[in-house]
Amino acid sequence: MKLITTSINSICAIALSLMLFSSSAYSAPKTLVFSAIPDQDQSQLIKRFGKVADYLAEKLGIPVRYVPVKSYAAAVTSFRNNQIQLAWFGGLSGVRARLLVPGSEAIAQGEEDTRFVSYFIAHHSSGLKPSDDFPVAMEDKTFTFGSKGSTSGRLMPEFYIREHMEKSPEQAFSRVGFSGNHSRTIALVQTGAYQLGATNYKVWESELAAGNIDLDKVSVIWKTPTYPDYQWSIRGDVDSEWGAGFKQRVKQALLEMNDPELLQAFPRSRFIEATNDDYQPILDTARKIGLID
Amino acid sequence: MNNPAIYHRSAHWKISWLFVGIAILCLPFADLTINTYDPMAELGRLFSGLLQPSIAAIEKPFEALLQTISFALLGVSAGSVCGFFLALIFRFRLVRVSCALIRAVHELFWALIFLQIFGLHPLTGLLALGLPYAATFAKVYAEILEVGERRAYDTIRHSAGISSAFFYARIPDLWQHFVTYTSYRMECGLRSSAVLGFVGLPTLGYYLSTAFLEGQYAEVWALLIMFYLLIAGLRYWLHPKLLPFYLLAAPFIIANDSTITFDNIVRFFTQDIVPAPLRNGEGSAALWHWFSELLMQQALPGIVNTLVLTQLALVVTGVIALLWFPLISGLFFGRFGRSTGHFFLVVMRSTPEYILAFILLTLWGPSMLPAVVALALHNGAIIAHLIGRYSEALPLRIDASRGINRYAYEVVPRVYSQFLAYLFYRWEIILRETAILGILGIATLGFYIDSAIQDIRLDRAMLLIAITALLNVAVDSLSRVIRSRFRLSMSPQQTR
Repeated sequence: MKLITTSINSICAIALSLMLFSSSAYSAPKTLVFSAIPDQDQSQLIKRFGKVADYLAEKLGIPVRYVPVKSYAAAVTSFRNNQIQLAWFGGLSGVRARLLVPGSEAIAQGEEDTRFVSYFIAHHSSGLKPSDDFPVAMEDKTFTFGSKGSTSGRLMPEFYIREHMEKSPEQAFSRVGFSGNHSRTIALVQTGAYQLGATNYKVWESELAAGNIDLDKVSVIWKTPTYPDYQWSIRGDVDSEWGAGFKQRVKQALLEMNDPELLQAFPRSRFIEATNDDYQPILDTARKIGLID
Repeated sequence: MNNPAIYHRSAHWKISWLFVGIAILCLPFADLTINTYDPMAELGRLFSGLLQPSIAAIEKPFEALLQTISFALLGVSAGSVCGFFLALIFRFRLVRVSCALIRAVHELFWALIFLQIFGLHPLTGLLALGLPYAATFAKVYAEILEVGERRAYDTIRHSAGISSAFFYARIPDLWQHFVTYTSYRMECGLRSSAVLGFVGLPTLGYYLSTAFLEGQYAEVWALLIMFYLLIAGLRYWLHPKLLPFYLLAAPFIIANDSTITFDNIVRFFTQDIVPAPLRNGEGSAALWHWFSELLMQQALPGIVNTLVLTQLALVVTGVIALLWFPLISGLFFGRFGRSTGHFFLVVMRSTPEYILAFILLTLWGPSMLPAVVALALHNGAIIAHLIGRYSEALPLRIDASRGINRYAYEVVPRVYSQFLAYLFYRWEIILRETAILGILGIATLGFYIDSAIQDIRLDRAMLLIAITALLNVAVDSLSRVIRSRFRLSMSPQQTR
């Protein structure tokens, strides 16, 4: 019977601890929680964005916390579920999030984000050379996008592929993959696992500067026209939670961020004002290729 | 050799060749090309990481370890308690069917669903583990109750009342079976808990997939070694007396300050998973268009790829299991050889398929080949382990042959029926595991489900998950028909 007592003890322990745990979950203080899409180097995220959280906490006078998420979709869902109130989104994830949360707003973007670019890259064995015209010779080779929900690694490259090749990527290439993020796209094309790929120009530049790219193996063959990309989005109900004018104060804090170490986390030179309307082209493109209904 | 005709006619022989034949028919539909140019540089980095594993660059390695243990403990415990009560009412058809459907959906998909409802709240991980585990426990516990001795229970039932009779006459008798199976599931729970990190739970898998994506192999190996030690040391650190203490501590480890609201739950059921044309009131024609397009463009190609991958992996799993089981069998190797074999099989079966597939993907480039081999290595190692143990109990004649003759003419024929039983049992598990490889980019149903979730189109995701569940249930029933037709059986504790 000792065994049964042990098991009954265990059941009581589970029940009790679940009770404690649910009550502890509800007594949380009003902390502003923010996140960022995992678009590149995902290690050291807490260290990088933890400093941004400290900066915002100091500027706003309330506790601010950063939570890491594993996917673009998780960032959008957390924003929608009010588990994060502020987010550093890509163009497409931001549009999706704001469609799902009425009243939410894009408040700031990187200076570079007004004229963002995707690079099409190729392994040397593909024989493709850099050109100003869209490289239609890519046909029937293997191609990898970045994350499925990425603007610069999926949406815009797919848009230009459809426009110039008049086919879906699956029809245009012999194999289509989704690497997961921009750094991984570069690595996969560099090893030749895929002959071609599309990546975010900022990530390409920082990987190049870090010495991770061998230009004899992989090179940029085409650059897309510019489009608006990353932005800070905030939920519409933050003013009722933290007081009138809170949204404006968050915006101000972001625009005034000038410590290069903080800006390096994004990486952007500085933040400027943004509005929802700036991202209308992204929404239109996403509807055109069927990524948003 | 002299009279092969006798063996050719056996049913086991026929069913084996039937499945080999099916796999060969699948080959033209499978993309098995090798297409990398210079994998050696990346592989070199991968294995140099093994020589100097490091946790320096991981932000919270020990917290991840504790989270992995906590989610596994709570998920498996809650699952076993619920499973036990479900087992008592398992004779009702509704319970049986619901459990079969819940089991048919991989933990990862449950996690993706609950992520939509509860977001980053720990309940996501608890339910993703607990729910499918409860359904599996219900089935296996019910099987244990069914085969157990009932005479003592029948004798005292009328005088002592049903519940007393149950706890005093049935439970003590079967307790050891419950404990054996439950502790076996604890190992699976740890693996599942780690794997859920791939979709965002703060467990070891979270850091493991990050380290892999970034090519930080020193960290990859450090995390894998932590995980192997955790599994290998299970019986030392998971003492039954410490269990209540662990269970009390675990909720505090997984707790975070995210909240859940009822609105999100309601919204999930009343809006998110309602097909888009219905939600927008576009009428039945639009609904049909939505459904048929999803069926033709995603579900059907997904089903074909899933089945092709499963059938190929099943046959390769069988071959690997037959080749590897002697490694741990006393009939073939001495003590030292067996220890090495044990270590090898533990590593192969503890390494999540996702990780194996990832390594092979680097080696061979993107195609179905890494997925087939990853599934086969992992499942082959599990069956090899079970057959190896089973073979130790075989009595051999004193003049029995040795070496390859003993293997081919004595042991394999005698373990073959047990081997087929395990293999068919794992058929449905292999099918379910193709899901995770879909998230890696191989166009199984899992790939399309992941795409729908990344596009925040939960209506599509739910339909595809339902199709996947039905496919699993179908294969499971077919496997049961085959097993009973050929009288392939195993005792419940040996099942997974």
